[in-house]
Amino acid sequence: MIHGNMNLNHYLIEKKSAILKKWFDAVVETYPHETSTFLRKQKAQFTNPVGYTLSEGIEHLFDALLQGMIPDTVSRFLDSIIRIRAIQEFSPSEAVSFIFQLKKVVRQELGKEILGQQGIAEELAVFESAVDDLALFSFDLFMKCREKIYELKANEAKNMTFRLLQQARLIVDNQD
Amino acid sequence: MAKLPKPEELSKIDYTPPKTSWMDTPVVFKEGMFCHGSKPKSLDIVGFPNPRDWRPADADWKLPENWKEILLEGIAERLEKYRSFRLFMDICVRCGACADKCHFFIGTGDPKNMPVLRAELIRSVYRKEFTLAGKIFGKMAGARELTLDVLKEWWYYFFQCTECRRCSVFCPYGIDQAEITIIGRELLNLLGLNIEWIAGPVSNCYMKGNHLGLEPHTIVGNLEYMLDDIETVTGKRIKPTFNRKGAEILFVTPSGDLFADPGTYTCMGYLMLFEELGLDYTWSTYASEGGNFGFFTSNEMGKRLNSKIYAEAKRLGVKWILGGECGHMWRVLSQYMDTWNGPADFLEVPKSPITGTVFENAKSMKMVHVAEFTADLIKNNKLKLDPKRNDHLNVTWHDSCNVARGMGMLEEPRYVLKNVVNNFVEMPEDTIREKTFCCGSGTGLNASEDMDLRMKGGFPRANAVKFVHEHYGVNMLANVCAIDRATLKPLMDYWVPGVNVCGLHELVANALVMTGEKERTTDLRGEPLPGIEQKEEKA
Repeated sequence: MIHGNMNLNHYLIEKKSAILKKWFDAVVETYPHETSTFLRKQKAQFTNPVGYTLSEGIEHLFDALLQGMIPDTVSRFLDSIIRIRAIQEFSPSEAVSFIFQLKKVVRQELGKEILGQQGIAEELAVFESAVDDLALFSFDLFMKCREKIYELKANEAKNMTFRLLQQARLIVDNQD
Repeated sequence: MAKLPKPEELSKIDYTPPKTSWMDTPVVFKEGMFCHGSKPKSLDIVGFPNPRDWRPADADWKLPENWKEILLEGIAERLEKYRSFRLFMDICVRCGACADKCHFFIGTGDPKNMPVLRAELIRSVYRKEFTLAGKIFGKMAGARELTLDVLKEWWYYFFQCTECRRCSVFCPYGIDQAEITIIGRELLNLLGLNIEWIAGPVSNCYMKGNHLGLEPHTIVGNLEYMLDDIETVTGKRIKPTFNRKGAEILFVTPSGDLFADPGTYTCMGYLMLFEELGLDYTWSTYASEGGNFGFFTSNEMGKRLNSKIYAEAKRLGVKWILGGECGHMWRVLSQYMDTWNGPADFLEVPKSPITGTVFENAKSMKMVHVAEFTADLIKNNKLKLDPKRNDHLNVTWHDSCNVARGMGMLEEPRYVLKNVVNNFVEMPEDTIREKTFCCGSGTGLNASEDMDLRMKGGFPRANAVKFVHEHYGVNMLANVCAIDRATLKPLMDYWVPGVNVCGLHELVANALVMTGEKERTTDLRGEPLPGIEQKEEKA
């Protein structure tokens, strides 16, 4: 149903559940078929943590977009999704691609009639620009996660070397 | 110049993976997902076949010409030898109950990490070569040829299973996926296809008595460091004995406790506890490894490495053996040692010299786990404990797979924990006890080069820790497994920063009030005890 004088946010709130469902589907379809079936099937927090994190995360991100990108929410929920995808079988572009999918989903759900309404195009441009910001932020998070992995690898090697040097008495504390 | 895609081509990028069946989806080796190949020296030392330099990512694995024949003979031999293996090859109805129970499947999202599918990798070849239906109907009957690609697929995925057995809890037929992986790895070892992170420790243990290759003077030296630290914290100088003949008890612990933090704090805990009890025990610099990476190689190798513990117990003339905090060590010792190297009829049924408790559960293998030993001490009021000293810690408990799911040791460590800390929170039900999630780095997969795999496999565990961290302020993840102590730390650093990792006996020793000790101002890590800073400020 189309109401007069409704702005984009109203439409997005009205169509929230349909948008989230399609967005979630778009995200899980980046996994192999058998896996996406599992991710969709149940969203139990502890036995299907990937499905749960994706589903919970995109909902909060969508809300944050509607409410003007609340930094804490964006950072927390985007991080929890990217942290998973940064170590899964994805290239960097694949890992963050799901953010861009939202634009497509929103346009599909709004349909031509709403998109053609006066003022909606301008508002949509603002919304999509916020989605782009989200995507840029997700690149930063992705890199942070990858750097963390390399740091963990390096730390394991460093700790082991330190112990070996200590054992060989090649390094000793000053008081010794 | 490379051809640039046009804008309309770019917009057609499809992120949906192709829908091919698993048999038609070839394995792709991805960096971060596998460990380095075994070095020739490591295989040579224990007389394993095909020692050579090789790299898993290379096309040529330098296999013997008749590799296929060797493998098929290997399968035939094991079908004959292990009834369980034949049963597990035949009875699976592919109901899928196990599919989503594996931490590697949950974390990687790779269907070939569904336990049912991981088993199908080998089962498909079994059907083709050993069943009539498979020979006649081929692919229609789920059968396929053993090719080099199939072999590589085996290698990739049998080293993406930690033999944690969570899937078997849910299998209506009780198929034990760990046994399939154990045999899968055994077969791969017939061709010299181990990983160095396992093969290296195995050869070290074979030659020097422990995975790290620590020689006797180094073991003593490492313990000396800890004794210095204990003296700083408690004011007491402890003098443990090594290789002492006639001691009542032989103490064996994973060598990780001797070498790396936070295992070393756990080790300090043992030293302090035994000192306080006045226990007549000895360390051995020969049976200096509780873990057994041979078990992740082949049954035969597991047996060879394990034999040294009994041999040393016999040589020293002890009455029984006490084991430190280790996961797979405990399953190996309880479920395999007696049949591999027993009967240990030269030992006595373990009896606590402090409480008089006879450990009937250890009647046959003559070995007690230190968590059981300490739980019995506390139950009999033999320890003076001040749990307030652990008040800066909000602890949750990680059930290590082999100890908890494998051996049912669920209550003893919890009983000890509740007596030595005031703040203890359980993780959610589906992630503890028999249903505990693996650390993601067990069975020799705790190398650095496969860090991505470890972070994925450990995600379900970390996810549950994150929950208690966020909701209850948990800041310490305690456990009784050396691999856990080493690997949960980076796992926490990635997924749940702010949570530390410790062994049970580190917490015991923090709380333990020792006779004649000085007033403690720090815990074993040198961190100020709760209330101490305020006290100092007032002064």
